[in-house]
Amino acid sequence: MSFIPGQPVSTVVQRIEIHKLRDGDNVILGFSIGGGIDQDPSQNPFSEDKTDKGIYVTRVSKGGPAEVAGLRMGDRIMQVNGWDMTMVTHDQARKKLTKKNEDVVRLLVTRKTLEDAVRQSMMQH
Amino acid sequence: SPAVHHHSGLSSELRHCTGYTPQLSTAVLISNFSLFPHALIPLSFQDDNWGETTTAVTGTSEHSLSQEDIVRISKDLDDSVGLDCKRYLNVALSVILGLVVLLTPLAFLILPHLLWPDRLRACGTACEGLFISVAFKLLILLLAVWALFFRPPRAGLPRIFVFRALLATLVLLFVLSYWLFYGVRILDSQDEDYQGIVQYAVSLVDALLFIHYLAIVLLELRQLQPFFSLCVTRSTDGATQHYNLGQLSIQRAAVVILENYYKDFPVHNPAMLTASKSRAAKHLAGLKVYNVDAAGIAQSQSRAMIAAAARRRDSSHNELYYEEAEHERRVRKRRARLVVAVEEAFTHICRMQEEEQKKASGDVMDPREAAQAIFPSMARALQKYLRTTRQQHLHSMESIQQHLAFCITNNMTPKAFLESYLTTGPTLQYGKDRWLARQWTLISEASVTSGLNDGTIFLLKCIDFSLVVTTKKIPYIQLAEEFIDPKSHKFVLRLQSETSV
Repeated sequence: MSFIPGQPVSTVVQRIEIHKLRDGDNVILGFSIGGGIDQDPSQNPFSEDKTDKGIYVTRVSKGGPAEVAGLRMGDRIMQVNGWDMTMVTHDQARKKLTKKNEDVVRLLVTRKTLEDAVRQSMMQH
Repeated sequence: SPAVHHHSGLSSELRHCTGYTPQLSTAVLISNFSLFPHALIPLSFQDDNWGETTTAVTGTSEHSLSQEDIVRISKDLDDSVGLDCKRYLNVALSVILGLVVLLTPLAFLILPHLLWPDRLRACGTACEGLFISVAFKLLILLLAVWALFFRPPRAGLPRIFVFRALLATLVLLFVLSYWLFYGVRILDSQDEDYQGIVQYAVSLVDALLFIHYLAIVLLELRQLQPFFSLCVTRSTDGATQHYNLGQLSIQRAAVVILENYYKDFPVHNPAMLTASKSRAAKHLAGLKVYNVDAAGIAQSQSRAMIAAAARRRDSSHNELYYEEAEHERRVRKRRARLVVAVEEAFTHICRMQEEEQKKASGDVMDPREAAQAIFPSMARALQKYLRTTRQQHLHSMESIQQHLAFCITNNMTPKAFLESYLTTGPTLQYGKDRWLARQWTLISEASVTSGLNDGTIFLLKCIDFSLVVTTKKIPYIQLAEEFIDPKSHKFVLRLQSETSV
């Protein structure tokens, strides 16, 4: 997941579909995000590279829609419903996730274990 | 004082046990022989078994003289003879030179009037103005010379003061050349132009003032700007200070260092060193080397000795640690008792106001009597504390009472009174007999009139200890500049927020 500024990021991603849960007037997804280009990347506990300003999943509430869909803590969100999440501010990320008229969000997330799994399977062949 | 230990061994080891090098102790014994033939220290050092039969000789014995006393007495004898001679010679030469310098311009002015008064052209107003100028310049020169050369010297230096000698020579040559010129061109030819003669005298006085200016720069100003940093270490306990001095000769630097020594270094206390000496003696006593045939120990054997000593399981470090902890505790306890006793004693004294003094009822005391009245209540605690910290020989009862009277007179608190006993002060604080100001010797490999240089090392030896002085040049400082625009101080917030969605 290391990135070179100006170069496209290429990584192994997993597609996750989360169905929003309606709780009265609130619509929740069941996780928390941290990070963003306007935040301090050195305080991110999940990133490998401490200059990584991507959006990370910092907490997944138990039994919530996100956990059910397969989202894990520490995942980096690369795309939300087609919107890019690699170069956004924290607030922009929040807005893209909490659009009122959408009931389903399709995320592309990446984590270290995905890369390892791919490499493992490639080595086996 | 060298205490000779009764040792059941051969005599060759005895000298090592006393802690002095063999040469020094023999030198002392020989000098002892020459100055005081009736001293009662046993002189049979030719005998091989003299260690077996001598009893211990310590400094407290009535009829013996310790080595320090001998050195002190011999130094006193030397000092009183040599110093006065040099000083009188100096003063005499300076006075003669001063008179020559002062009287020469006057002689230049007066001689024409005495020798050929009739042929002399009358002196006009400009010429008479020059008389006034000569008078005032001579007065200033007189005061300046007194200020620079005739004030009582602060210290007696071993060698002549090179710059002063050079300046005196310069002045002498200068005046002599003026006299020569005067004698040949004016006296012989009996010049009639008196104004010219007066101007000649004025030029001499001006030149002397310029030489005096040079003297000020060489003697006073050159040493003011710091150039060297001197590190002074005392050989007995390692107390160190640093001083910044200008370009001085070694002897003058030594004087400055000694003047500062008396106020900066804590007083030399030989009682504090006995602990390490006894430890050293114990180390030596553990190993006995018997040299049966040859004289002296081969180097390989001495190395074997050191290795054996290192390998031996020595618990003296343990002893040292516990001893020091115990001593610390004891000192603190005595200190607490002392502070309480002194505070209590001070509460018994009360200063009488002016109005009450007039009524003068009963027991009115002056400070000395007041001190004597409250002293007994704190005397025991103070004595015990001084004994524990090994300072009892530095303070006599008389001095303590004097100090107490002084503190009472000046409204000092008990803490202020105790401060001079709780901490060791500089040497100047104690009695004059501790100063030993006439006992210093300058030991140097370079000539003492040569200037200080980077890496010069010299020693200032007193009777019991010496000060080791090393010189270092103050580094050349290169200063760079960096300008900060006051508007360039800007800050951003670094956030790490977490939002739940």
